[in-house]
Amino acid sequence: MEFINKNLPYILAGISLGGQYALISIGYTMVYGILRLINFAHGDIFMFAGFAMVYLAASTPLYVSIPLVIIITVILGFLIERIAYKPLRSAPRMSVMISAIGVSYLLQNLAWYFTSGLAKQYPKIPWISGSITIGSATTPIVTIITPILTVLLVIILVMLIKYTKIGMAMRAVSKDFETSQIMGININSVISFTFIIGSFLAAISSILYFTSYSTVTPVAGAMPGLRAFVAAVFGGIGSIPGAVVGGLIIGMCENITKGLGWTTFSDAFTFALLIIILVAKPTGLFGEKTTEKV
Amino acid sequence: MNMERNGLNNKSTFLAVSEFIAKNKIGFLLIIVLYSALFILEKMMPPSSMLFVVLKKGAIYALVAVSMNLLNGFTGLFSLGQAGFMLIGSYTYAIFTIPVEDRAAVYQYFDGGIIRFTVPVFIALIMAGVAAGIFAFFIGLPVLRLKSDYLAIATLGFAEIIRAIFQWNKLGPITNGSNLLKKFPSFSSVLFPFTVAGISIALIVLLINSSYGRAFKAIRDDEIAAEAMGINLAKHKLLSFVISSFFAGVGGALLAMYQTTVQASAFKAAMTYEILLIVVIGGVGSITGSVISSFLFIACSEWWLRFLDSETYIGSFKVPLLASGFRKVVFSVVIMVIVLFYNQGIMGTREFSSEGIARFFSRIASRNRKEGA
Repeated sequence: MEFINKNLPYILAGISLGGQYALISIGYTMVYGILRLINFAHGDIFMFAGFAMVYLAASTPLYVSIPLVIIITVILGFLIERIAYKPLRSAPRMSVMISAIGVSYLLQNLAWYFTSGLAKQYPKIPWISGSITIGSATTPIVTIITPILTVLLVIILVMLIKYTKIGMAMRAVSKDFETSQIMGININSVISFTFIIGSFLAAISSILYFTSYSTVTPVAGAMPGLRAFVAAVFGGIGSIPGAVVGGLIIGMCENITKGLGWTTFSDAFTFALLIIILVAKPTGLFGEKTTEKV
Repeated sequence: MNMERNGLNNKSTFLAVSEFIAKNKIGFLLIIVLYSALFILEKMMPPSSMLFVVLKKGAIYALVAVSMNLLNGFTGLFSLGQAGFMLIGSYTYAIFTIPVEDRAAVYQYFDGGIIRFTVPVFIALIMAGVAAGIFAFFIGLPVLRLKSDYLAIATLGFAEIIRAIFQWNKLGPITNGSNLLKKFPSFSSVLFPFTVAGISIALIVLLINSSYGRAFKAIRDDEIAAEAMGINLAKHKLLSFVISSFFAGVGGALLAMYQTTVQASAFKAAMTYEILLIVVIGGVGSITGSVISSFLFIACSEWWLRFLDSETYIGSFKVPLLASGFRKVVFSVVIMVIVLFYNQGIMGTREFSSEGIARFFSRIASRNRKEGA
């Protein structure tokens, strides 16, 4: 019991961070499932949402700025797909990935240009910035809200994919790109919709994440993005429950390594986990097996 | 009998070499002209000129970009670990060349470190490459089985792990923890990086034109077909990975010499992305393309486009947009335009060669003759 009391703050923070990673990694896993592309720019979309909030909250009340942030982020994700990925649909996978790296570079440099590279204070959001006491531990409210919100959003998303027409189209496209095209599915709208969902979740995650970290910098999206990608691989790329479980595990691991005083190694540990998974079980926890056809 | 055969062999190698030189006469002439031009330039211009900064850094980046192109462009292995191997190279070089009497000052938190000897610069450069190569061997064994984008993310991960290990305080007596390494020998003449990078790039070109190089290209074009033709995939991929990392290590050592200080925190994934973008601008699969684009990239970022970063007034009119950071925005837009609309880069997969120039001029000449007639 004493162990739990002592470590409760770390465990709670880990779960909450894991929930935030899970929301980002759904964006990765869905895009990879459909386009077979690691969307390197996804972490920067997340960072962009953070900055949008900083600037919007300075001039508008929160009930306006939060929906605006979400809308702007969704538009950004949609535009990135249309401008940077769509023209390369028939190009080799390497070019699309380079394009994604280019977009990430552009977004980071743009953010640097507009903020002069300074860290910006994230606005306080009254409903989630306060603290709450559970047992002997005092934690910010955001650590309680994140897992609840994550579970809620994931349930909605799974329902969407399972029971709606567009969800069925998404499943078809991720199974077989060409055949689904022949069957009359409008691939472009399905892909756009995937990016819209991914960006929507990234925007929500950024609100939760930056509330607990309090500052935004132009490179703030790079590492959370990579960790979320690791989470997606861990859970099995293309699988939404997998992304959630992966996100929780990565978030917990990060906080445990930090709690043990190994901060320098928290990223290294994440990547070590990735490499072990890739070598031992490349399909991840819930991933489907793919076979190579000659 | 034996001696005779040896003599014969020597003779035939000699013949082959002289034939090779004769065949590439213009090329060798151009190289000699380039180096003497550099030599004269250095005597004439003030050493603080921006030109030398560009030339030095450009040569180093050219080497690293070519080494990455060997992997990405010629073997088709999409690896993003270059910064990690450069880090190993630069640290190996720095650790083994800091003069013994300066060690106490550099390793001030670690009692002067545990390495109490130095090696000559040349040997340290090779050691830098070998150290990176050895790491690449052990990383490559598990990782090279992975497919394109998984390979990219795994090598990126390894680069991050290497960076964390080098910053680890427990290794401080060797790596100086997260503190700077400094006071190791560096170069002042632009000829030094040009010579080292030139020799290394020449070796890579020879490798690419050998049977190994053809095997690499076969793997790039179609793995399954290459395997069916009897190419040992694992062996050749590992070979390409280790050689590429060797030269990245040498490039890292040169970078350390150029900067005169080394710190692990500088070798971030962003550095790999930068090199990747240089390769893409030059053309994936073109050595000369990578070299040209390295010099262009460095010249633009260090010199020609610097004005974009400072606020400028013409009379009382403030030029819009110009502010700190704008240069990189312009840069990234240019890069996106290249990636989207000119995905061949400057050179595509073609090479810039002396014969090519000769052919070009003779074509112009013959056209002129026709028009004249």
